[in-house]
Amino acid sequence: MKLRISNATDMHGKSRDVLIENGVIVSSLSAAPDLEIDGAGLLVTPALIDPHAHLRSPGQEEKESLETGLQAAVAGGYGSVVCMPNTAPVIDTPEVVRALLERASQLGLARLLPAAAVTQGQQGKLLSDAAALKAAGAVMLTDDGRTNEDAGLLRRALIYAAALGLVVSVHAEDAGLRGDGVMNEGLVSETLGLPGNPVVAEAARIARDLEIVAATSGRLHVQHLSSARGLELVRGAKAQGVRVTCEVGPHHLTLTDSALESFDAIYKVAPPLRLQSDCDALLQGILDGTIDCIGTDHAPHTAAEKERDLLEAPFGIANIELCFPLLYTRFVHTGKLELTRLVELMTAGPAQLLDLPHPSLEVGAVADVTLFDLSSERRVDPSAFKSKARFGSPWAGEALRGWAVATIVGGRVVYDARA
Amino acid sequence: MKDLLDFSKLDRAQLEGMLETAVVMAGVLERPVKKVPALQGFTVCTAFFENSTRTRLSFELAARRMSADVVTFTAANSSTAKGESLKDTIQTLEAMKIDAFIVRHGASGAAHQVSRWTNAKVVNAGDGRRAHPTQALLDAYTLKQKFGSLEGLEVAIIGDVRHSRVARSNAELLPKLGAKVRLCGPATLLPAELEADGVTVTTDIGEALTGAHAVMALRLQLERMSAGYLPSLEEYRETYQVNAQRMGKARPDAVVLHPGPMNRDLEIESVLADSGRSLVLQQVANGLPVRMAVLYHLLVGKN
Ligand SMILES: [Zn+2]
Repeated sequence: MKLRISNATDMHGKSRDVLIENGVIVSSLSAAPDLEIDGAGLLVTPALIDPHAHLRSPGQEEKESLETGLQAAVAGGYGSVVCMPNTAPVIDTPEVVRALLERASQLGLARLLPAAAVTQGQQGKLLSDAAALKAAGAVMLTDDGRTNEDAGLLRRALIYAAALGLVVSVHAEDAGLRGDGVMNEGLVSETLGLPGNPVVAEAARIARDLEIVAATSGRLHVQHLSSARGLELVRGAKAQGVRVTCEVGPHHLTLTDSALESFDAIYKVAPPLRLQSDCDALLQGILDGTIDCIGTDHAPHTAAEKERDLLEAPFGIANIELCFPLLYTRFVHTGKLELTRLVELMTAGPAQLLDLPHPSLEVGAVADVTLFDLSSERRVDPSAFKSKARFGSPWAGEALRGWAVATIVGGRVVYDARA
Repeated sequence: MKDLLDFSKLDRAQLEGMLETAVVMAGVLERPVKKVPALQGFTVCTAFFENSTRTRLSFELAARRMSADVVTFTAANSSTAKGESLKDTIQTLEAMKIDAFIVRHGASGAAHQVSRWTNAKVVNAGDGRRAHPTQALLDAYTLKQKFGSLEGLEVAIIGDVRHSRVARSNAELLPKLGAKVRLCGPATLLPAELEADGVTVTTDIGEALTGAHAVMALRLQLERMSAGYLPSLEEYRETYQVNAQRMGKARPDAVVLHPGPMNRDLEIESVLADSGRSLVLQQVANGLPVRMAVLYHLLVGKN
């Protein structure tokens, strides 16, 4: 397959052609291209990498199937997705990892990068077989979906994973401090009478984990930062050379706890939506380099689950299809953030976290490429989502620009909005 | 008016109008035939996802006194084991041509959700920690009966404020009617965030009671001990029980309220609850005309 993208604009504003042959970016094609894409007026970047998505396979296909999840990913401009292991069964054996990878390669959409559980069944008791999991293709270890309550076990996991070169990712919330909280604890939660989950639940857990990782040779990744205080702790640790990285999700950058005044469980997410000052601090963390990557934490549920009461409805927002347009429109288009930085957070940042080759459009690079349309606006229409979570979205109706036009993985067009 | 979920959208004139209608309804209840045809042809559904027999009976009697048809849905536990969502449950009930839902639910916001999913009228009969508007209205009605007006009244609400929809609804309603509310309880059960215009927050019960016209004791759930909010019942009784001795700090004509059901000799001293200062039974009696007035305003549409 030979492919020519002509006259696209890269993130530095330079016009360029991208030539692809045998899954690799080349300087010239050996023959006429099989497919030409007119890139005029479009942004071309390496395909996005999501270090954090809940694709719900195996076993929770009522929420999302591997196919709909990966279709949603490529429609969002993603070429690679890390899927979280809080599934049924949990991704904690090489067999499950291999089965997922096989199914994903049959689908031929985005590359699947399975995260495996730190502990067997994510029970927080016994370590899972990390070496075998890595050999099978797992790219990180995490008990996300749950929290790591046993500090001793986390310490040993970090030490063990370090020898394998695996990063350990944490959903950093202290279960005792979080209690039965369903939203940020503060003025809004007390007024609404909903159980609150305080910032200190995140901050105290991050502080603990930073101390632990600093005392090991391991590498810690803090998932979905939600608070200014949590960010500040990571920033301080990084300044002292602690091997820690962190991610932030689109909802924590753009939504606040006052959204819960609607009593719509669509806004129920863990960690919870905080205050505008937290959103502002997280953007600052992006600007000053503290935040390493954007992770969507795409977490689809069924309509029926989200139509339960606020105590029973599950946590999570489906967002992988609109993450780039949302952040582009809210921050780059408004001049708050450089396009190059946003692309870095969604390509090079996750690649570094996962020890993947540096995503690039240069000759010799793997041909994972996305084209985005930055100039035309389209409203968010959840009913048109590829994801199964089509019942609604916090951003429904919002006019966004930066929608993916085409996503190419390994030299194959896996998503084409023009088709 | 489509719903009564809380008081956020109601002004003083509307609220006083409802209390005046309640006076009329109380007159009806004094007649030999305690029934009017006001809601003939309407069907009211009490949808109770959390048990509260007394509140449900009060609403059902109120509806029947106005000749409405009443159907009852109760799910002892809101986690409908069949996996049916709240939305499905409500829409299934609505298909039976319900004109008004009276919703009781353990989760804050549930009545708002129901309102979003139905065209029927919705009365919030208590949602989680959030609101219990008819309870606050009957408290206001009871205080008005005693003092003539709420203007300038100092009302102390003592106990587990954090988990109390009664406290939140009274803190929302009473200041709109001219009263001042003092919220008081142990620090772990008293969110400072509830301080607002006309609402103060203190952990000092002496301060809360000094000069108060009315003192409301809140029911203490025994699970607060196991959840680590309180060390012991004994300590609570020692520090926050509303009793005759502490009432010495309040005004000489001060009254005592309790939303029920009472834990006698825990949050409220038994002899005080049975004394001439106690309006507890009037509160229960007043629930009926107040709920009649609310249903009348919603269904017949007089504002
Ligand atoms: Zn998580």
